[in-house]
Amino acid sequence: MNLRLKNKVAIVTGSSKGVGAGIAKEFAKQGAKVVVNYSNSKDYADRVVEEIKQNGGEAIAVQADVSNLDDIKKLFAETKEKFGKLDILVNNAGVWRYEMLEDISEETFALQINTHLRAHMFTAKEAVKLMGEEGGSIINISSTVSLNPIPGTLIYCAVKAGIDSIAKTLAKELGPKNIRVNTVAPGMTESEGSTADGRPGSEMEKFYLEQTPLGRVGLPVDIAKVCLFFASDDSAWVTGERVNASGGML
Amino acid sequence: MNSRLKDKVALVTGSSQGIGAGIAKAFANEGAKVVINYASSEAKAQQTVDEIVKNGGTAIAIHANIAESESIAKLFEQTIAAFGKLDILVNNVGKLEFEKLEEITATNLHMQINTNLIGTILATQKAAGLMEKNGGSIINISATTSINPLPGTLVFSATKAAIDNITKVLAKELGPKNIRVNTLAPGMTETEGSYEKGFIGSDFEKYNRSITPLGRIAQVEDIAKVAVFLASEDSNWITGERIQASGGQQ
Repeated sequence: MNLRLKNKVAIVTGSSKGVGAGIAKEFAKQGAKVVVNYSNSKDYADRVVEEIKQNGGEAIAVQADVSNLDDIKKLFAETKEKFGKLDILVNNAGVWRYEMLEDISEETFALQINTHLRAHMFTAKEAVKLMGEEGGSIINISSTVSLNPIPGTLIYCAVKAGIDSIAKTLAKELGPKNIRVNTVAPGMTESEGSTADGRPGSEMEKFYLEQTPLGRVGLPVDIAKVCLFFASDDSAWVTGERVNASGGML
Repeated sequence: MNSRLKDKVALVTGSSQGIGAGIAKAFANEGAKVVINYASSEAKAQQTVDEIVKNGGTAIAIHANIAESESIAKLFEQTIAAFGKLDILVNNVGKLEFEKLEEITATNLHMQINTNLIGTILATQKAAGLMEKNGGSIINISATTSINPLPGTLVFSATKAAIDNITKVLAKELGPKNIRVNTLAPGMTETEGSYEKGFIGSDFEKYNRSITPLGRIAQVEDIAKVAVFLASEDSNWITGERIQASGGQQ
């Protein structure tokens, strides 16, 4: 089998669990050297690295809280030190909060803006410095809710809509450097996070399944396969695009 | 030869040359058995078949007038007779006539609607019936002009906008049968057709290049790679989506 990311170096932010871990493992399987970035969950991150190594792949875990600008610089410095270059960046790290309008707080606002919107911009800034003449691929993880918001997620949906804009601007700005930038928008996806929230089997899950043409909940590997497309040569002519990975749910 | 479409049967309408032929060859290269459908270019269709067979692939050429029900019925009957099943349909056949509003002739109006729109619907109807049992992937070839139209392309752009919409409707309708439907929208691509129409080497080409972030005109291979993604299991979680393959040109 061809290794579709052979010799590529990839950073996946927030990849100790869930969708991020799924992406990291898929990339490693395809021959990439992967930086498994985590903020707090060191044990989980180490486990992902271990699993990748056991399957013959290469990975390191690097701690960095992407809502902190100094940590972002540290993440890329450590990547440069260990692997010398960068080909792929997946901005996946994210935090979800449920707050109706009357409950929104400045603290949540700052957290969401910094973890999602600001992080995607400043990681891109660092990534471009590490990407060589061959260019690279930046993949921003958004959400179906960026275009189809849900009550109670005002700030989250707003920042995800902001994230959708980033790929469009940067595709134009970075195209001449052969750096492609695209957005992947997952729908309801099973992960450790959703299990902790009590989602499987819940009314909310039933509600979403009814709106999903392919009739099931997404898995991290489903999202990972789409990210693989955007990271690989298959998408060499695609930039500035946004694709829902949601089994047809809008 | 790779194997991402191993054991799959694919039908690409209008694949004697151009983007259709490029997609057919890419599919065959991934292990699919391919039906090269043509309307008038029998010699070119056979040439494409020969090229595929020379590279170790499997293909046959089948004639059909895409806007005639009986002709379509025969196309699919012959496909089943040859290969036993259908997994992938690419609605690629499309005609473009540059005519400003005051120039539009009844002939060209009907021709483009019949070929681009009615042909797609009829072919999809047959294909979906054959894919019901085991699922499948339908790829509708649109164009950048479906959402960013050029003066002089009224009818063509309208048919492509309709194609975009067909994808969305059918993704919902056919999702429960595990039939995925997606749109692939190329920008300007270097093909025999684009030479014939005088695009290549023109000011129009120069202009296109200048507004394309990735700084060149597409080759058919660029488009074909995205088609492989949409045909393959990597896109199992994607349906109802439109991916533009245009080097970032809007």
